[in-house]
Amino acid sequence: MVPPVLEVDDLNTTYQRRVVLDAIDLSVDGPALVAIVGPNGAGKSTFLKSILGLVPCTGSVRVLGQPIDSVRRRIGYVPQRESVDWDFPVSVGDVALMGTYGRLGWFRRPGAAERRVAQECLSRVGLDGLEDRQIGRLSGGQQQRTFLARALAQQADVYFMDEPMAGVDASTQAVIFDLLDELRDAGKTVFVVHHDLRTVASRFDRVVMLNRRLIAAGPMAEVFTTENLQQTYDSQFVTLDEAIACSATTR
Amino acid sequence: MLRYNTLIVLLGVGLLGAAAGPIGALAVLRRRALVGDALAHATLPGLCLAFLIIGERSMPALLLGALASGLLGVTVLALLSRYTRIKEDAAIAIVLSVFFGAGLVLSRWIQNHTTTGSKAGLDSYILGKTAGLLLDDVLLLAGLAVLVLVVLLALYKEFQLLIFDRDFARVQGWPVARLDLLLLGLIAVLVVIGLPAVGVILVASLLILPAVAARMWTDRLHRLLVLSGLIGALTGVVGAALSASLPRAPAGAVIVLVAMAFFVVSAVARRLLWG
Ligand SMILES: Nc1ncnc2c1ncn2[C@@H]1O[C@H](COP(=O)(O)OP(=O)(O)O)[C@@H](O)[C@H]1O
Ligand SMILES: [Mg+2]
Repeated sequence: MVPPVLEVDDLNTTYQRRVVLDAIDLSVDGPALVAIVGPNGAGKSTFLKSILGLVPCTGSVRVLGQPIDSVRRRIGYVPQRESVDWDFPVSVGDVALMGTYGRLGWFRRPGAAERRVAQECLSRVGLDGLEDRQIGRLSGGQQQRTFLARALAQQADVYFMDEPMAGVDASTQAVIFDLLDELRDAGKTVFVVHHDLRTVASRFDRVVMLNRRLIAAGPMAEVFTTENLQQTYDSQFVTLDEAIACSATTR
Repeated sequence: MLRYNTLIVLLGVGLLGAAAGPIGALAVLRRRALVGDALAHATLPGLCLAFLIIGERSMPALLLGALASGLLGVTVLALLSRYTRIKEDAAIAIVLSVFFGAGLVLSRWIQNHTTTGSKAGLDSYILGKTAGLLLDDVLLLAGLAVLVLVVLLALYKEFQLLIFDRDFARVQGWPVARLDLLLLGLIAVLVVIGLPAVGVILVASLLILPAVAARMWTDRLHRLLVLSGLIGALTGVVGAALSASLPRAPAGAVIVLVAMAFFVVSAVARRLLWG
């Protein structure tokens, strides 16, 4: 039997004695595109970081049926864009190449094969010709695509992406959605923290609704309901349409 | 005509600068410039204690003492920011001044209470002195500088990833805390081997200035490291040569002013060339 892609059991995360994630239980089967939604400060980023072992937490997390440390080579990560210094002296190509470092291991330098992979990944996100550009001299959408190319270069089976579509233009959004479809069709599972409720139902297979605790999780049609949205967003909205319209204006 | 001894000193201090440049570049990118300065000032008490224990001037012993107390300073710094409500900048100021103050008291005491104290030239470790460097000492410094460069070359990709995106590095399974500690260790070794030439007060700028000067010329990390190494080496050679002809000026100050000149030229040139 194939184990679930993600299995979370009684996950609790606390920052300086403040509970941010409260007793999360979750099981997700793949391949699938999974949207993670919730208001600002709901703990969505913290949820990804807890799964990936980036913040201290209690409870058990299994990815592809194993503890995270045994499957790191099969995991891809797109952090929130604000998490790095874009003045850092690296080029777009350098960043894409970083995706291959995990496979390379200690001391080995990336060679021709790694450069080819990085180049292909840059092409897939439409960044051909920009590989020598310093990353600070990119638009927000190009920066997000650079991060995506790096994650693709990890050649992973499960991806975790933190708001890859925050602050991007419509053309970048289209590129990213096509890429997500390609990944799912290739049998991968992608978890995407996503703020735009308009596109959740149409572009994702499953949804995880989070607000410090797990409100609901499952197939889109069953779970993405007005009632669950009201609970997730603290009843700020009365109808599904209203919630969706509001998510379009608050970003 | 340069004497053979002077030539060796120039080469040694040049190598020191060549290692200080790239290590300094990583330190600046990792935002450890101030920590490096606190570490440098915190070496003084250890240096003095090592002298008291050994009883005579032996550079390896002095440097070991300096390294130990520099690392103790950084540890205190980490504990202060972690377990008290003191913010990091205040913690840095505290560690820097308290350790340096203790070092000054110790060094004065040594000079007044031991016969060898004044000859030991502990003062020269505070402001730096290249003229009196012995051949064996220069070889030791140069050897350590080369060692640091080798580690840096071997772990270039790891350090690049660690500093640019720590979380991503952890997702890939790199032991980021240990790598970070190693980087801090390299910074500490460089600070300590810079002490004889540049001195406690100014050695941190030997790490920082060549790096920020080089940053004016390039946007790529590997070029930044090579260039800051070159600028560091030039700074060391020119600074040591100048200070040989200006025996009354402290070598540390001369070297730092040379580094400053490189920085100013770079910054102005960048402005003129690229606007
Ligand atoms: N490193 C941190 N230290 C302390 N509190 C944090 C830290 N990171 C996030 N938080 C807090 O945890 C809560 C959840 O944050 P986050 O996971 O970033 O939410 P989201 O991604 O859903 O907007 C927020 O209230 C935030 O202020
Ligand atoms: Mg977030």
